[in-house]
Amino acid sequence: MSITSSDAAGALDAASPASARSERLRLLLRSPTFLAGIFILLFWIACALFGTRLVPVDPYADDLLSALTGPSAEHWFGTDALGRDVFSRVIVGARDILTMAPLATILGIVLGTAIGLVTGYFRGLIDDIVSRLVEAILALPLVIVALLALVALGSSKVTVVVVIGMVFSPIIARTVRSAVLLERELDYVSAARLRGENAFYIMFVEILPNVMPPILVEATVRLGYAIFTVATLSFLGFGIQPPSPDWGLAISESYGLINGGYWWTVLFDALAIASLVVAVNLVADAIHGVFET
Amino acid sequence: MKLGRIIVKRLLLSLVTLWLLSVLVFAGGQLLPGDVGRAILGPLADADAVANLNHQLGVDRPLLVQYWDWISHFVAGDMSMSYTYRSPVAPFIAAALVNSLKLGAVAFLLVVPVSIFGGVWAALHVGRPLDRLITVAGLSATVLPEFVTGIVLILIFGIWLDWLPISASWPEGAGPFTQIYHLLLPSMPLFLVLFGYIARMARAGTIEALDADYTRTAVLKGLPWHAVLWNHVLRNSLLPTITVVATQVGYLIGGLVVVEVLFHYQGIGGLIYTAARGKDFPMLEAGILTIGIIYTVATLAADLLYSALNPRVHFGAVE
Repeated sequence: MSITSSDAAGALDAASPASARSERLRLLLRSPTFLAGIFILLFWIACALFGTRLVPVDPYADDLLSALTGPSAEHWFGTDALGRDVFSRVIVGARDILTMAPLATILGIVLGTAIGLVTGYFRGLIDDIVSRLVEAILALPLVIVALLALVALGSSKVTVVVVIGMVFSPIIARTVRSAVLLERELDYVSAARLRGENAFYIMFVEILPNVMPPILVEATVRLGYAIFTVATLSFLGFGIQPPSPDWGLAISESYGLINGGYWWTVLFDALAIASLVVAVNLVADAIHGVFET
Repeated sequence: MKLGRIIVKRLLLSLVTLWLLSVLVFAGGQLLPGDVGRAILGPLADADAVANLNHQLGVDRPLLVQYWDWISHFVAGDMSMSYTYRSPVAPFIAAALVNSLKLGAVAFLLVVPVSIFGGVWAALHVGRPLDRLITVAGLSATVLPEFVTGIVLILIFGIWLDWLPISASWPEGAGPFTQIYHLLLPSMPLFLVLFGYIARMARAGTIEALDADYTRTAVLKGLPWHAVLWNHVLRNSLLPTITVVATQVGYLIGGLVVVEVLFHYQGIGGLIYTAARGKDFPMLEAGILTIGIIYTVATLAADLLYSALNPRVHFGAVE
């Protein structure tokens, strides 16, 4: 969709959904926090996609003779305990987390939207059960639920993605459900029902497009939490395994060394995680703000 | 009695939540691993040894029997035997809880006054640079993983400035001040996570109360500003904040796992982590269920406190 042409269309017909979309996009592109967030996010996505081809040194190549040397012209961010180039590892380290966190978010959104549509549309018993379940799951911090599930199911990247997605789904379902509860009372739903459309059609074809804004907001917020959780779990040694240059894993491998003054082995990874998490939350915040108004 | 009915209803709902939680934890600890003996002994172990261990641990019995056995003992305070230490779990949990409470208390005592003050201050100066700073910095600090802020804080205050000890464990027999001194650095990542949440609630509540009709009335009838602030604004604005503070107890505990691992501290989070790494299921289940209970009780307390403080609940206007 080109911005200029839909802008012109929006001026002609302010009530059409397409013009509302372009208006929101325009507001987003004028928001400095959104631009800052999306810029950092795109930088890390580029690193995740093309990092291995861009970095000066092979991030997996160890060189024990030059282990733990400080930042220099040769190694911009110094080297770690195995003599691997920290700069190259930080750049390539975006890959695992930027694969797993979005996958977990997508899984949670798909499951949660389906559950939310069904519980919101039918209400009744399923609704009560899901609400209780949400409360029981929310009674435990996400990291602890994930620990339990990872120990029980065996630690792997797939398990991390599935566990985070599963834990997200009832939380997302709750958001979708409250949006559906408002929509189902509207005339277009009654009209569809009178036309004799089946429940499945009404839920997924009629209601779903109208509850997309809260789902989109929820998705960006959840992506922030997913990155937080994947990073924390890999710091705890679950999910991503060596020799991956993942940031959380790098910190867990090296933080025993900071007593000796080898700060460069952890600081750059910490800053990388911080920038990614803050960027996603800036984007989420801006999107939330645009859909609120 | 409106309030009485609310208390009973909330209590019953909390019990349902706790029961569901126990089923989830049981499922996680005893159903999902499938063969517990195999999970402990590894894929290369002899089949007889695995069957033997399963029988010893009692995991070859029907599931309902196992669940009933586990939960009835747990309620009676007997959390069964640790696989790793071959001794009862309960004393480990108790000792770890005391340590975690100390860490949590230091973090809480620091964060609650500072963040409420910060939030109210920001609300009284909406749109000024310091308001923006408190809002943006608070929001950013909240979303950062504790091990990230922890590492940076260790580097700054523990290594470069050398102001604070980087290990949370104090020397044997240390007095309360030495203990607090050692807990200052570990409590900072928790402080940062909580600051944003609480300050944001306090700010939003204060802005709403400042804008309310009753505040305008109080100002117009000539009350001094500090009386308006204390009796009209803060009484109303801090009500939702109290609820947030209590629900944050749960997030605090989640953060404890990471912080206690990072600072080598023997709390409930560190205990759960060690149990998880060593596949010590009874320890893991007991630790997690204990955390769930603490969180549920804290949420219940927050709910009841909110109901008790909110006059609208007394008069049955809201439920």
